[in-house]
Amino acid sequence: MSDSNSLVTKEVLGQLYKQMLLIRRFEEKAGQLYGMGLIQGFCHLYIGQEAVVTGMRNASNKEKDSIITSYRDHGHMIAAGMDPGGVMAELLGRSDGYSKGKGGSMHMFSIKNKFYGGHGIVGAQVPIGTGLAFAHKYKSDGGVCITYYGDGAANQGQVYESFNMAALWKLPVVYVIENNRYGMGTSVSRASATQELFSRGSSFGIPGEKVDGMDVLAVIEAGEKALNYAREGNGPIILGMQTYRYRGHSMSDPAQYRTREEVSKVRAERDPIDKLRDYISENNSLTSEEIKGIDTEVKEVISAAANFAQESPRPSLNELYTDVII
Amino acid sequence: MAELTYREAVADGIAQEMERDPNVVFLGEDIGKAGGVFKATVGLYDQFGPDRVRDTPISEQAILGAAMGAAMTGLKPIAEIMFSDFLAVCWDIVANQIAKSRYMTDGQVNVPLVIRTANGGGARFGAQHSQSVENWSMMIPGLKVVAPSTPRDVKGLLAAAVRDPDPVMFFEQKSLYPVKGEIPDGECIEELGKAKVVREGSDVTIVALAAMVPRAVEAAERLKTEAKISAGVIDLRSLVPLDTQTIFKEVEKTSRLITVEENPRLCGWGAEVSSIVSEELFWNLDMPIIRVTTPHIPLPSADELEDIAIPSVEKIFQTVLRSVD
Repeated sequence: MSDSNSLVTKEVLGQLYKQMLLIRRFEEKAGQLYGMGLIQGFCHLYIGQEAVVTGMRNASNKEKDSIITSYRDHGHMIAAGMDPGGVMAELLGRSDGYSKGKGGSMHMFSIKNKFYGGHGIVGAQVPIGTGLAFAHKYKSDGGVCITYYGDGAANQGQVYESFNMAALWKLPVVYVIENNRYGMGTSVSRASATQELFSRGSSFGIPGEKVDGMDVLAVIEAGEKALNYAREGNGPIILGMQTYRYRGHSMSDPAQYRTREEVSKVRAERDPIDKLRDYISENNSLTSEEIKGIDTEVKEVISAAANFAQESPRPSLNELYTDVII
Repeated sequence: MAELTYREAVADGIAQEMERDPNVVFLGEDIGKAGGVFKATVGLYDQFGPDRVRDTPISEQAILGAAMGAAMTGLKPIAEIMFSDFLAVCWDIVANQIAKSRYMTDGQVNVPLVIRTANGGGARFGAQHSQSVENWSMMIPGLKVVAPSTPRDVKGLLAAAVRDPDPVMFFEQKSLYPVKGEIPDGECIEELGKAKVVREGSDVTIVALAAMVPRAVEAAERLKTEAKISAGVIDLRSLVPLDTQTIFKEVEKTSRLITVEENPRLCGWGAEVSSIVSEELFWNLDMPIIRVTTPHIPLPSADELEDIAIPSVEKIFQTVLRSVD
């Protein structure tokens, strides 16, 4: 674990642990409900990458900063403070979902939580996030847009149009690359001419930093620095989070492009939740009872979210024609 | 009343809205210091400054991404895509992001932006800078689609588009930029989704859009003097919403409908109008609905070729003459 955050308080460590565990248990439950046929369509699980959004959320200004991401978005929504029940209900296509079932797994928003989606097209959120940053600057509201994208999207042309515009206009945006090592079924080494994705802003004068995205404290440290840099008017900055997804690209991907041993090794050696739990124990920050208490609380929250979603009514058929020009 | 050109009406309309609402920002390639490649935005940069009138890199995806992101937070961006052909470069943002967000978010997110673009042929620019692509937008649920034919409508419909809570695709016909017309003094705003009967007629109804409107009117004038045929002309002005009621009302009077569109033949907007009228008014019709369109070809550059491709006054005149017998 990064130890430059030795000032992180016991309470914060507990919150980080709880947040990451909440995301993991949510995703495990979503996977389970998908297997039972209760969730249909696409479902991209975030298991393994929890430290990235949890750390960035902790580093951000919750009142001011906006967030936008791709379709692997459940973790981002929970980290943004959205209600797990509402997110789960949307996955199940129910009327209490964040979009009343009209968005689904990949397309959920909460303006209240400054979460601007949930975007299904690889890379499309990058120019839009740049636009959110443009609005922060135009309104001088002190906010920064945290724009997440994956290693797959890093090879999209629109990313570089956005880099140029953001650097030219010195927009307050932190581009967070969640490099989970596979763009769908193709590894970064087989898809990217250069693998140091965080350095790809160099042609535009955008600084980039490589971060251990499996270490929540390292994410917080890098996130705080990057957010300050953008907030102070220096323009965009890139964080290259080295992370890993344990599950397939989506529920329909058996992930045969990598070995079981590879996944097991990451789980055993780098798991962000295990690592934080060990760190907390070693430093006697929380007692094992306190940790167990968090585990139980998270289990209950997720169980309640799943029940809420399953009991939520199906959307009214009238919803087909609402919120659109007819 | 002031007489302005169609291109001056663009700047006039944008200025009216920027003066009214500080949330209106304008971005695009060469729109500011250069005044627009068609000189349709001259003076705005000096009047409103570089923060509100932003020259962008040649990056259509970034332009529309910036506009959408800004619109989601309450700004009212007007984004220019220099030629409508270039919409293909950023169509993902238009079709998959901008058009669908209000629906997918259950109304949490509005995307109140206007995408202005120079559309259509007649300038010998060849196949990649001359297309009429308003039908592309018409096919995407969630977009409003406007194409004015007069300076007054440019200003009034642009104002309405800026104030509308939905994304509006605003197609300016580039061959109309030099055309002059009267604009009322004071605030000018029209209603979106209303067609205009620009000429009454009792024998046949011609439905047209943008540059095809003045051609249809000229053809109607010749039909009257040369063939004693009374042809009415409807300027659709908007494809979405589509003012079917005005079309029905006129066609009920004449029992004959001809559509004139600059779109290539297959799936041009006239096909949709024809389909709707066939379903609703089949028993009122005295003849099949006829579409005058550009053929299904990329537009050629040479003037002789381009002129015979795009519906001309002569072609409209002859088509009506042959059909209304």
